[in-house]
Amino acid sequence: MKITLNNREEIFDADELTINDLLKTKNYTFHLMITKVNGKLFRKEERDKAKIHDGDNVAVIHMISGG
Amino acid sequence: MNTQGLTFKQIRKKLSGKTVGIAGAGGLGSNCAISLARVGLGNLVIVDFDVVSEGNLNRQYYFHEQIGQKKVLALKENIQRISKDVKVEIHDLKLGPDGILRIFKACDVIVEAFDRADMKQMILETVLGEVPNMPIVAGLGMAGWGDNESIHFRKEGMLYICGDEKNEIAGDNPPLAPRVGMVANMQANTVLEILLK
Repeated sequence: MKITLNNREEIFDADELTINDLLKTKNYTFHLMITKVNGKLFRKEERDKAKIHDGDNVAVIHMISGG
Repeated sequence: MNTQGLTFKQIRKKLSGKTVGIAGAGGLGSNCAISLARVGLGNLVIVDFDVVSEGNLNRQYYFHEQIGQKKVLALKENIQRISKDVKVEIHDLKLGPDGILRIFKACDVIVEAFDRADMKQMILETVLGEVPNMPIVAGLGMAGWGDNESIHFRKEGMLYICGDEKNEIAGDNPPLAPRVGMVANMQANTVLEILLK
């Protein structure tokens, strides 16, 4: 399937992924992140259930300290 | 560069009826608030629980004689020394989800200006999850020095991101005035873009 991840096209060898699958595949191990699928926020505890499909627009935003 | 076709007088008039919430009065919040006051924003709502310390003076808009004062009081004073036109509402407290929804309810835009990553996550999840139509401008990544080209802007729905999205603060990567000021002013600039649309 082909998805948009942080405004870039990415191809995955699967028909469906959970957000956690995606984070693992991409090696996003950072502990504080915001995850959105098609504009909808999914909190940490929802990432195991939230499914990503072909054509979806996914945003993974890392919470970088400092201010 | 697009010519936006507004004189400073017209800009001030448009901004005079607007309200911006600032979550955190540290390096990002203090500098962003000062810029917004200079261009004629009508109302600021500033929230922070901290006091000014000597270590803050390397990047935050405070003065030596304000060390020990509550940040929200000191920042209000500094803002009003620059502009008498802006109304500054201050709250001396630590924000949580309930406070964010209550205090920033009437704001046109919220500026995320926390230093800690967990607090950034808390406010972004609260606003994106509970008030998805509220624009929120986040500062993500500004520690260190140099590396100008890594600082960028991107929009993710109603979340506007300013910063390098990579440089975390550490003992050997402290936040310093130049890059913190760049991101704080990028946030203020983003607020203008949203409000003057």
